[in-house]
Order: sequence, then structure tokens, then C-alpha cells
Amino acid sequence: MAFPLKDPRGAADDGLEALELELLLEAVVRHYGYDFRDYARTSIRRRIRNILKAEGLETISALQDRILHDPTAWERFLQGISVSVSAMFRDPHFFRAFRRHAVPVLRTYPFIRIWQAGCSLGEEAYSLAILLQEEGLYDRSLIYATDINEATLRRAREGIYPAELMQKYTQNYIQAGGQRSFSEYYTARYEFALMRPALQQNIVFSQHNLVSDGAFNEFNVVLCRNVMIYFNRPLQERTHTLFHKSLSMFGILGLGSKETIRFLPHEALYEQFEPGEKLYRRIA
Amino acid sequence: MRPTLVAIGTSLGGFNALLSVLKALPADLPVPVLIVQHRGPASDGGLVDLLQRYTSLRVVEAEDKTPLVPATVFVAPADYHLLVEELGSLALSTEGPVRSARPSIDVLFETAADAYGPALIGVLLTGASADGAHGLARVKARGGRAIVQDPATAECATMPAAGLAATAVDYILPLERIGDHLVSLVEGTRA
Repeated sequence: MAFPLKDPRGAADDGLEALELELLLEAVVRHYGYDFRDYARTSIRRRIRNILKAEGLETISALQDRILHDPTAWERFLQGISVSVSAMFRDPHFFRAFRRHAVPVLRTYPFIRIWQAGCSLGEEAYSLAILLQEEGLYDRSLIYATDINEATLRRAREGIYPAELMQKYTQNYIQAGGQRSFSEYYTARYEFALMRPALQQNIVFSQHNLVSDGAFNEFNVVLCRNVMIYFNRPLQERTHTLFHKSLSMFGILGLGSKETIRFLPHEALYEQFEPGEKLYRRIA
Repeated sequence: MRPTLVAIGTSLGGFNALLSVLKALPADLPVPVLIVQHRGPASDGGLVDLLQRYTSLRVVEAEDKTPLVPATVFVAPADYHLLVEELGSLALSTEGPVRSARPSIDVLFETAADAYGPALIGVLLTGASADGAHGLARVKARGGRAIVQDPATAECATMPAAGLAATAVDYILPLERIGDHLVSLVEGTRA
């Protein structure tokens, strides 16, 4: 088995790469208005190295030159930086906990407003629509599914996923406490599956940037799972402040399974429904 | 430079190998230990509980932005990449699998090497894929130390053999000597 023995990057290049990265992020915010400066550096550096490879470029400075002058390269950059990989009913236990704890609370409301922040390709928004429909709550719900990336939102609105994923999604759906057959929710054609258009009826896919945009409504539920893991600590804190401002009293906050509000000043503002499940109720 | 972080990667046969290594580490180990063990995406925290039974170190599943503390074993959660963020903290990522693995050993080794450079020890144990080989090369390129399990003592030799082919490692050791060796390195009793 052969492997490339040479790793071109040694400690000496580090300072330079860090500088180039800073300059790139500065250029991006000033020219395009997207602020990635408070994204977790390790992840963003990995993603930018991957983009360099894909673009066939040697240095971050060369990438900066290209994305400032070539709008299509900018689109590719934004895609490469911002897209996260999710799945329908990812972490099925979370959705079971949502049925157990959140649904009984939501039943008492005449109208339910949900913000799903960082919706990426829409997997979670559709999962939520399915769950609410099965609980008889979807008709009085509105799901605002937001993402930073307009191209991603277009794909989310299409609701088309590779058919090969449906088997995995079906398993997740069953483990999440699904009450019907998952195949009722999509139409498969060749290698694609189209989510039933009725599911989109009460979903609004729209652009929102957690870094730079403010609160835009008051919500009963805010879900933001596996989005803030790409943020550094100060940005995580600012985002939590935004969510707290956006939640009604006793509103429900859902985070990714391996995210924590421990070590954050917001910890005292919430109580956890059950140990181990990242589902919280705003209590202050 | 005395090492301040240990990162271990393994896949097939890894559980027994990890036990053997962890058993040799004292409860007051002065550094944190990070582990990527390949496993199915639906695995729960069972691995953490099992490992905890056999070691006096504290074993936890890594959460996002957890501060790194000594005498603690941080295990990558199933279906997430484990990364070392600057300033002694961990980060998780749900980016796609790297060479079909999530968590990926390469991702852990590469980010740990970037953050810790010469203060890192990378350890590659038994496994059925070549994950970790690129990462180990990065550990070496950044001045860290690399330990590879002697393939002859590995339940599956593919992973350690790939590590050996990728870079000039510092130590090739039979499984039962890796733990003691780590202790002497982090306690500074061995250069």
C-alpha cells in the first residue's frame, strides 16, 4: 500500500497560513458580507484546505484572489464552507424525546411557531413536519427553516433526496417513533425521492445568518442542532443570546446530541426535560 | 519537549487493544487522552461505560467545545468527527465521512498535530482500514511522536501497516508495551 510520504506543511508555514486565513475571512466579510471570522478555526481551516484541493490552488491567498473576482468560485466557496451533512430523523432518540416532552406542551397552544435554524438541505424541517402531522399539530404550526446559503435553501425547497438514503431514513423514522410507513411521505422515481409537497405547506424556507441577522419573531420552539459546533465560543454565546431573545417564556430549545450549554452563561436560563436529551425549556 | 496530549486511533479489534493500553495508565496521568474507535453510526455511549470499567482514568464521551483536562479519556462519539480546536478544547463536526469513516482517525490526528505540534503523541493500533496513516504522517511532519502497534501483534494488521508505510514512526511496539511506554514519555522519564 502506498501513501504520499511528504506532508508539505510544517510548523514554519503555520504563521503564514494563519495570516492568509485571517485576510481571506476579512476580505469575504468586507466584499460579500458573510462573516466567518468567529467560526471554529479548526473546522474552517479543514474546509478551506479541501476547497484549495478542489480548486487546484496552492495557497489561501490564491483562493482569495479567485473568489473576489469570480462569482461562480464564490458560490462554490460558500457551498464548501457552509454545508453540513444531516439526515432525516438524525438521532432518532431526540425525536422520541420531542414527542414525549415538547408535543404535550405544544398541544396547549392555538398556534405553534417553530424556528429551525441552520436547516441545510431541509432534512430536519421535513422530519419535523412529519412528526407534527402525525401528532395532529401540523395544521396549526409554522416552521421557519432558515439557512445562511441561498443555494442550499433552493435545494431544501425542492425536497429531493437520493433514493438510496430512504432505507436509512426509514430506519431512523421507525426508531423516532414514526406511526405510519415512511414511504407514504415521498415518491421515488429512479434514483431520487421527492418529499410529498403537502409536507412543505407550513414550512417557510428563508435566508437568515446567525452571525449577523437579529431576532425576527417570537417562537415556541427553536431547534438548532449541529450548527453551533462550527462556531467558536464567543459566537456560540451570541447565538444563544439570540435564541433566548427569540423564545417565548417556557419555549423549547433543541440542540445536537453532543452539544452542551454547560460552561455557557445561558445554562441557568433553561431546564433540561430529561438527563442526556438536549431538549430544554426556557425558565428565565 | 514533553508531550501534553495523546491521541489514539483504532478500528477492528480496537476494544481489546484499548483496554490493554488504558490499563497501564495511572489515575493521575498528567495529560488528556483522545480516542477514535471506528464503530457504527447508531452506537450509543456503551463504549465509554465499558472502557470506564477497566481504567482508573475518567472516561467521557467528547462533547462540543469540551475543555481538555488531564487524567481524562475523551472518546469520539459515534457518527461525529472529533477535532482538536486551538486553546486546549475539543470540537465536533458532522461533515461527511473521510475515507468512509466518521469519526475519522485522520481528522483527529491532523487537527491535533496542527494544534499541538511537537507536544503530541499519535498512537495507531489494530484496524481493518488505512485510516490514520495520513494523519500520522502529519503528526510526524509537525514534530510530534508516532507510536504504531507492531502489526504482528495486531488483531488486524492493515491499519498499523498503513501507518508504518506512510511515515517514519518513532516506536513500533507490541501491544502490551504501549501503555507503559506512553507513561514514560508523558512523565518525561524517557526522551
